[in-house]
Amino acid sequence: MIRLKTLGLAALLAAATALPAAAQHEHETKTPVRQSWSFAGPFGTFDRGELQRGFHVFREVCSNCHSAKALAFRNLAQPGGPEFSEAQVRALAAEYKVQDGPGDDGKMFERPARPADHFPSNYPNPEAAKAVLGAAPPDMSVLAKARSYSRGFPLFLVDPFIQYQEHGVDYIYSLIALGYTDDKDPNANQYFPGGHIAMAKPLSDGQVEYTDGSPETVEQYTHDVAAYLMWMAEPKLEERKKTGFKVMAFLILFAGLLFFAKKRVWAKAHGQDHA
Amino acid sequence: MSGHSTYVPKSAIGRWFESRLPIMGLIHSSFVAYPTPRNLNYWWTFGGILSVMLVVQILTGIVLVMHYTPHVDYAFNSVEHIMRDVNWGWMLRYTHANGASMFFVAVYIHMLRGLYYGSYKAPREVLWILGVIIYLLMMATGFMGYVLPWGQMSFWGATVITNLFSAIPLVGESITTWLWGGYSVDNPTLNRFFSLHYLLPFMIAGVVVLHVWALHVVGQNNPDGVEVKNVARDTLPFTPYATIKDGFAMVCFMIFFAWWVFYVPNYLGHADNYIEANPLSTPSHIVPEWYYLPFYAILRAVPSKLGGVMAMFSAILVLCFLPWLDTSRVRSAKYRPVYKVFFWLFVATAVGLGYLGAMPAEGGYVLASRLLAVYYFAFFLVVMPLLGLFETPRAVPASIADAVLKNAHSAKA
Amino acid sequence: MLFIATGAAGAVAVGSVAWPLISQMNPDASTIAAGAPIDVDLSAIGEGVIVTVKWRGKPIFVRHRTKKEIEEAADAPLAQLPDPQTDAQRVKKPEWLVVIGVCTHLGCIPLGHQGEYEGWFCPCHGSVYDTSGRIRKGPAPKNLEVPNYVFASDTKLTIG
Repeated sequence: MIRLKTLGLAALLAAATALPAAAQHEHETKTPVRQSWSFAGPFGTFDRGELQRGFHVFREVCSNCHSAKALAFRNLAQPGGPEFSEAQVRALAAEYKVQDGPGDDGKMFERPARPADHFPSNYPNPEAAKAVLGAAPPDMSVLAKARSYSRGFPLFLVDPFIQYQEHGVDYIYSLIALGYTDDKDPNANQYFPGGHIAMAKPLSDGQVEYTDGSPETVEQYTHDVAAYLMWMAEPKLEERKKTGFKVMAFLILFAGLLFFAKKRVWAKAHGQDHA
Repeated sequence: MSGHSTYVPKSAIGRWFESRLPIMGLIHSSFVAYPTPRNLNYWWTFGGILSVMLVVQILTGIVLVMHYTPHVDYAFNSVEHIMRDVNWGWMLRYTHANGASMFFVAVYIHMLRGLYYGSYKAPREVLWILGVIIYLLMMATGFMGYVLPWGQMSFWGATVITNLFSAIPLVGESITTWLWGGYSVDNPTLNRFFSLHYLLPFMIAGVVVLHVWALHVVGQNNPDGVEVKNVARDTLPFTPYATIKDGFAMVCFMIFFAWWVFYVPNYLGHADNYIEANPLSTPSHIVPEWYYLPFYAILRAVPSKLGGVMAMFSAILVLCFLPWLDTSRVRSAKYRPVYKVFFWLFVATAVGLGYLGAMPAEGGYVLASRLLAVYYFAFFLVVMPLLGLFETPRAVPASIADAVLKNAHSAKA
Repeated sequence: MLFIATGAAGAVAVGSVAWPLISQMNPDASTIAAGAPIDVDLSAIGEGVIVTVKWRGKPIFVRHRTKKEIEEAADAPLAQLPDPQTDAQRVKKPEWLVVIGVCTHLGCIPLGHQGEYEGWFCPCHGSVYDTSGRIRKGPAPKNLEVPNYVFASDTKLTIG
């Protein structure tokens, strides 16, 4: 009986591993390389310095084309994120203009942004961006969660156990820092499905000034901005993992208590079983 | 259970109320004194787990609706608003989204328990069919719920599934237009899915009440498949025995649930659903949520559109006929060594179909889907009817008490 | 002992589940942020003019009072007031009166420069307020509420 079952499962496993190999010939896209992230794992946290540098890169480079509609300036000061000071955030916000109104004259007007405002986009809508840039750059608010890659069999079964949830940022890192290898074709990318991406290489060494002494290399920029994008996509990540620990610890304790309570209650019944 | 309970409240107020609306008596006879077979194993705790999951989904759903906007221009952003601004919003959202998956994990285990131990056989036919109805309602609820965040998978999943109805001859196109409320999936569709997604869980609750009622009339099945012969020797009162065991099992299930919610909350979903719905751009692979994958595989296995739709719905509806398809006089697979093999092959088939449902419909995957789909139907339509006639079952214990005593002795030995 | 501990853990579980369900109804972060203090430019408001700004969904009256209005507000005998307050208690600089424009009776918005005292008059049920926003006649029980505010500068008022 047991042998038949094992045979059956083994046959299924063999079939499953064989099939994906057959399908992969058509795609030459490389599989993203896993990176090390401070926020990975059950006790992961963001590195404040990394998030602040990442925001710097986002602001100076990415936000010229990409929007981030869900980001409010005040989020940059809240716990669990880059944790800029309230004063820094107010000053930063005031550098941007947002549309408000209508005023008493019935017209819309522009005013300096406040911490409560959301990050304004350079383009009023995706069509305007496409008209200028050739393709509409995706909004970056949840981009780190909107990208992934197939880990294939059997890794996809292992991932929930090892808590691997960083597919998005690993993809983004590989795409930006490792993908642009063709000097002749600025849109060729080894990690983008299809091999050609509308965005030409966005980062080069020394492009953004870091004031904390971190290396001003593409690898560093990409790692920092990817971590920042993870925070922007999931600002409650640290709180989620912290709460998770408390909940799991309580539930395990509670289950233990219930287990022994159950044993105590059932002792009477099991005693009768031997009668 | 049928008939009045013998419960007499201790207080005068209790007796006054009880003589006007005998709720306390009903609760007492259904969940306190109710005779429960004493040989139930932990596979029997999933009914209670499912009830808890329904409550969890309804509670989290109601509070999420306080912050969600069911309009194509605002839905996606309102979900992000919940994740970022609403107090505990991220937890409520992840609980609800992963809760749906947990609901289906529990229901599949619950159904497989039924298949293994013959819980669908007489006199539990109506109980089983009510269960199939609950399952169908769950699938409809889950489908509509997934549309609400209005991501790419929400939109395109809705488009694919509603398009299936156009396969129906003559009236198909009209039905599809009627479902859409327009010429394609758009705001009217989102709004009505929102309304129905809120409604259906309460219909599920109603059918669950009928399901538990039907259960209490005939009594639980048990791992040995023998009916209760002597209430004093074969059963135990539901409280405290089943209550504490169910409670322990529920908390263990919550540990499993919490792992998803707090540590891998997006694993069971699809990254493309974090992209706002775009009617002019189709994702490279449209995949439904994991709990629909086996049926999606069956749908795509059949080359004809109408054939695929019929096969997919038949795959669920065939369950209704199980009580009459299975000819075995022995209920529990514990005493049916040959059936056991076919059962586990069926489980492997369902898992395999699920895997194939997530793969592109090309190459070797298509052949594999067809083979496994054939086995899926053959298990119900060929194996079950024939096996009962040809299988030699093992000796079934004379009573539950005998079975329990035998287990206790062999455990001691 | 075991059962008591288990029951206590169960109570903690129920409370921990109930709390987020209740707390989510409290104002969320974006609502709190939108209700942050606002600035009003006072240089544009001439003498005798009442300007209405919106804050936390409610109208705020910013009144640049004339000398006459200030005197009448200061001279009012306390005994006649249904809700006795001196004018000095209600303003920081006498020429600027800042009140929430919601009638303390049932919530309508009173009309400025109207009523017997030239303060405000509420058309819904006839409440009459003076130039300090205090209730004088009519069914309203309390004076118009004074919100928190500071003068960021001579020409800038921060409300909230």
